Amino acid sequence: MKKQGSHSNPAPVLPALPEPLKDLKIKYTKIFINNEWHDSVSGKKFEVFNPANEEKICEVAEGDKADIDKAVKAARKAFELGSPWRTMDASERGRLLNKLADLVERDRLTLATMEAIDGGKLFSTAYLMDLGACIKTIRYCAGWADKIHGRTVPMDGNFFTFTRHEPVGVCGQIIPWNFPLVMFIWKIAPALCCGNTVVVKPAEQTPLSALYMGSLIKEAGFPPGVVNIVPGFGPTAGAAISHHMDIDKVSFTGSTEVGKLIKEAAGKTNLKRVTLELGGKSPNIIFADADLDEAVEFAHVGLFYHQGQCCIAGSRIFVEEPIYDEFVRRSIERAKKYTLGDPLSPGVQQGPQIDKEQFQKILDLIESGKKEGAKLECGGGPWGNKGYFIQPTVFSNVTDDMRIAKEEIFGPVQQIMKFKTIDEVIKRANNTTYGLAAAVFTKDIDKALTFAAALQAGTVWVNCYSALSAQCPFGGFKMSGNGRELGEYGLQEYTEVKTVTIKIPQKNS
Amino acid sequence: MKWCSPIFINNEWHDSVSGKKFEVFNPANEEKICEVAEGDKADIDKAVKAARKAFELGSPWRTMDASERGRLLNKLADLVERDRLTLATMEAIDGGKLFSTAYLMDLGACIKTIRYCAGWADKIHGRTVPMDGNFFTFTRHEPVGVCGQIIPWNFPLVMFIWKIAPALCCGNTVVVKPAEQTPLSALYMGSLIKEAGFPPGVVNIVPGFGPTAGAAISHHMDIDKVSFTGSTEVGKLIKEAAGKTNLKRVTLELGGKSPNIIFADADLDEAVEFAHVGLFYHQGQCCIAGSRIFVEEPIYDEFVRRSIERAKKYTLGDPLSPGVQQGPQIDKEQFQKILDLIESGKKEGAKLECGGGPWGNKGYFIQPTVFSNVTDDMRIAKEEIFGPVQQIMKFKTIDEVIKRANNTTYGLAAAVFTKDIDKALTFAAALQAGTVWVNCYSALSAQCPFGGFKMSGNGRELGEYGLQEYTEVKTVTIKIPQKNS
Repeated sequence: MKKQGSHSNPAPVLPALPEPLKDLKIKYTKIFINNEWHDSVSGKKFEVFNPANEEKICEVAEGDKADIDKAVKAARKAFELGSPWRTMDASERGRLLNKLADLVERDRLTLATMEAIDGGKLFSTAYLMDLGACIKTIRYCAGWADKIHGRTVPMDGNFFTFTRHEPVGVCGQIIPWNFPLVMFIWKIAPALCCGNTVVVKPAEQTPLSALYMGSLIKEAGFPPGVVNIVPGFGPTAGAAISHHMDIDKVSFTGSTEVGKLIKEAAGKTNLKRVTLELGGKSPNIIFADADLDEAVEFAHVGLFYHQGQCCIAGSRIFVEEPIYDEFVRRSIERAKKYTLGDPLSPGVQQGPQIDKEQFQKILDLIESGKKEGAKLECGGGPWGNKGYFIQPTVFSNVTDDMRIAKEEIFGPVQQIMKFKTIDEVIKRANNTTYGLAAAVFTKDIDKALTFAAALQAGTVWVNCYSALSAQCPFGGFKMSGNGRELGEYGLQEYTEVKTVTIKIPQKNS
Repeated sequence: MKWCSPIFINNEWHDSVSGKKFEVFNPANEEKICEVAEGDKADIDKAVKAARKAFELGSPWRTMDASERGRLLNKLADLVERDRLTLATMEAIDGGKLFSTAYLMDLGACIKTIRYCAGWADKIHGRTVPMDGNFFTFTRHEPVGVCGQIIPWNFPLVMFIWKIAPALCCGNTVVVKPAEQTPLSALYMGSLIKEAGFPPGVVNIVPGFGPTAGAAISHHMDIDKVSFTGSTEVGKLIKEAAGKTNLKRVTLELGGKSPNIIFADADLDEAVEFAHVGLFYHQGQCCIAGSRIFVEEPIYDEFVRRSIERAKKYTLGDPLSPGVQQGPQIDKEQFQKILDLIESGKKEGAKLECGGGPWGNKGYFIQPTVFSNVTDDMRIAKEEIFGPVQQIMKFKTIDEVIKRANNTTYGLAAAVFTKDIDKALTFAAALQAGTVWVNCYSALSAQCPFGGFKMSGNGRELGEYGLQEYTEVKTVTIKIPQKNS
């Protein structure tokens, strides 16, 4: 049997990579409500920066509670019984989503350039991977729109009983900065395919691609008020969403710390439904019988992808003792092959961290690794004189009690630990309040299936890492989250089930 | 009759760590029935440890065939059937529930619900997923883990079963806190659970109070999920606590102020009867009580007349006595709250048609009460009364009554009485409630998902949907050399 593609994406043929747009004009910097562009109620704006050079890109309207209130009103109106959105065929919702995917494909170069500049993301990655995932995810959800099936239920008694899978209502969606456009799509596509209306708050570091999407949403033909986009900050606009008395559901991707505040606020206010995709400290377990080259490569990309700024980063690598030294040696060699620089330049393999706060936090954790006695194998500090760049860093001889083994770093810092037995590594892998992802590398079927069951994580990979796709439900065990996104399961999060029971004269099966 | 009074952990009976006990009363005569061990945080901690151990990989419970979980549940149903009389008598004495209702309805529902869930145990299907790329991907529907379950006092045994049966069928372990007013049937179930053969630690039962044992559950760092049935006020505290502590998953079944809409083309006799039972069942102490009855103007007066006549047909008294149709409210707190709301109805200008005050000199009895000419701004039209107090309002048009019916933060249930198919299906869609009845009320069964829109709850119980609440989905993606469809 032939192998297809490379490890990191064995999917079908990728498009050819163009050059990034020069002189990208940022056209959309205002708040998007009812398919119109608004200044913030306060008139305030905030600055958006390029993390590769710390220069200002533009200013964007700063939304606060008053703007969220306006957006919610618009979303509520668009959700009213009898509205264009509520009375639309489900298949038409699917058609609109497919149209949106067409427009994203048309403007792929613009959006990819924007993601690279705003988010410090390698242009090649943004164009091939992020935009690819966006288009596929929108189309996947488009296909579900008219396949959201309620049930008929064989209830006791003379009744005809069925369930309606109704949209939940007005959904507040808070987007992170690490995959701005992908996460925007992960939020709106399932919500819209189920018939909800949304109020989206993109991250303050990376609002631009979300606002651009506003223009495409309008162009695609979504009715006014169905999608509303309010850029702003967490403690103001974000908190306005989590506390809002007329938002039916909040969906958040970000840190566990903020996720807790959001669930607490939902309980304090109106019991809005809550989906959370939070942090991780995912274990990657490598057995001696694994294909070592593949394991090293997957472990490397599984940590260093997008400068380590992934919730699923495989940040605790447990290597079986016999192959430990060789694994470390190859990992160091792999980590040293990096060219850092401007994400738009071809040949650059690593961009900057997103902002100063993250930059400082990562450096602080690197210092803790040194202080607490891990062995610094390469990297270990900042790079360059402009932008938030950190050298790819590898620590070996990491023990479980070190900060770098326990806390989410969200940077290009790889931890490699040693283990002896299966029972030991299962315990150590699960010894965390996180539970987002995990992986095991082994050719032995018994080991593979034992770990598939034993690892307390929402996604478990075998002989690979980071393999995600719109068909797969994604989410966290324990404090890595509540609920699942994408796949068929993701629809449940955007559905409110109503049971209708009609009395009939006599039932027959 | 045996009364079980201690705490049930690991299939054994324990005193509370503090040694404290609390009294359990018969609301029909205010007399003490017995004392029960009072569980607090320390007892919840013990129970959670036991439940966690029983949930460990490799444990008897985790390595058991799913079909065997189903067999154990069916065995439990057999034992409940065997001890039906004991349990029904207990519910009547402890909960002020009519014995006939407890025996026929409550126990019937318990047995059916356990058997329904037993049947699901080995039919909990994960999926294989056609993922992009050369992967074999499947999902496991794992049990969530250790589930804290807080039970109300209005249907003590039924609610106990609604909580443990789906949880157990999915492979979870549980720590149950029955209501402090009604702990007895739950504790009795402990003995049946042990007799049926459930491994130690799978079910643990800790009687106690909300602010102590209940809060210990909602705040516990090693409980994976909390499931609560009770007031919206407490439900909010629980969700808040879950967010503050460990993001435990939360299912809530809360209060309601459910609208019951009667059109002129309805079968009037049926509508009156369903509306009556839909409110007065179990002394009005039902989350689904149809406590806002909207009657179309042309039939309003006649509907009110028949409703009053129907409400006057009651014999109040000891729930154990045959011929008694209404028992007491559960305790003094509820009793006072209901009387207070009745007074507000009088003060705010509703027309008191019958009843309107307490009954008898012992026990928490309230006369069946009917208010007509109720308007939407009155307290009795907005607040959940949880007592034998019926509100009847008038309406003119469809659009008007849809708006008024939905004008509440609650959304548990609703009903419409009409023979017209267009009206029926319009209301089925328009009413913001987790369950909508057409030409009936209170029709529930284990096959039907049940739960609230808006602030009446989060999530659904029973039916196939209820399994989702007790399942944690894991996606497993295995790299393969070459996929084929």
